[in-house]
Amino acid sequence: MNRTRQQILILHLAQPDLETRTVAWALYDGSKPKGALQMQTGDSSEPPYESVLDAMRDGWNVIQLPTMPVFLSGHEFEQGHLPYEYVLERKVTVE
Amino acid sequence: MSSGAVEKRHLLTAKQMADFAVNGYLVLNEAVPQEYNERAEKEMREFAGGGGRYWFDSGVIRDIFELPQVKGALQSFVGTNPVYDHSFLHVVKAQHHKGQFYHADSIIDTRPMGFDVQAFYFAHDTPDEMGPTLVLPGSHLRKVSNGSIARYKNIAGQRRLVSKSGSIAFLHHGIWHCAQPNFTDVTRYVFKLRMRPGQEQRALFNTEGYNEKEIRDYIYKAGHHSWCGDESRVNQVQIAKFWRYLTGDNRVDVSFEGALTRMGL
Repeated sequence: MNRTRQQILILHLAQPDLETRTVAWALYDGSKPKGALQMQTGDSSEPPYESVLDAMRDGWNVIQLPTMPVFLSGHEFEQGHLPYEYVLERKVTVE
Repeated sequence: MSSGAVEKRHLLTAKQMADFAVNGYLVLNEAVPQEYNERAEKEMREFAGGGGRYWFDSGVIRDIFELPQVKGALQSFVGTNPVYDHSFLHVVKAQHHKGQFYHADSIIDTRPMGFDVQAFYFAHDTPDEMGPTLVLPGSHLRKVSNGSIARYKNIAGQRRLVSKSGSIAFLHHGIWHCAQPNFTDVTRYVFKLRMRPGQEQRALFNTEGYNEKEIRDYIYKAGHHSWCGDESRVNQVQIAKFWRYLTGDNRVDVSFEGALTRMGL
């Protein structure tokens, strides 16, 4: 049986440059059993990595780069979700 | 709550409204006298009805929202004839360790600048470990749809509304927020009342000094939120447009590099 599990780390950066600072972060850990607490809203004030590049240096693999925003004429100042979202993964071995 | 105007001294000041424009919320600390808070807390802890019934069944909550300092704040946001939208008594049980997901209430709001206000009344002290509501300052003008932001867990600059009893936080309906875990042995209550405007929301507060340099400088600087990253300037321009709406002055310009004037907007 495969004993590895996936962890997904989502980092939002200040700009699309992978070395810019992290402004939001979320971790979804597939190695934790059902019912165990995952990362919770508001549970940390400092990001786990200062940038995506820092996470890559620690063994995380980038599996999604955000596409660039499209600015529609007449709606240039309207904003919604965080734009520069990077999805990273790594595999960990469970006991 | 009843319609009708309060005395001008009970309206929000220009600095308070500027805070709301910048952050999407305003906290009035310990605005409600302790005798009301004690009655409300006792009533909440004994309340057996559904959360949506509390406003109708309570013997004290309407008196609280008739207090001139509370009514004056609401009037500053939604005018003298506000429309009741909905209310709820929110409960986080003792030792409930799971945080709620980030969301904005209701659905996408298509009003360009108009807004509902949501009053969060804390009848009892709500320290950090008790799960006061978490908000993201400056997120109120962004278009998201209820739980479409639920993937997010932590955002730089997020703030828990740690409150003393009798405090009321007034939130723009669009602000990103969520309930927080309660690590104490005491159940946490917060009563939410959502009101719609009964009129256009222009110059409803005490506008004295709204265009003075101190206020303009404050919105110019504080309107740049770090979590917005590269978008912080554009986010600030939205706040500057919101300030025009709130003040009723379509020429006041607190935008980044005077963009609204420069572009003839």
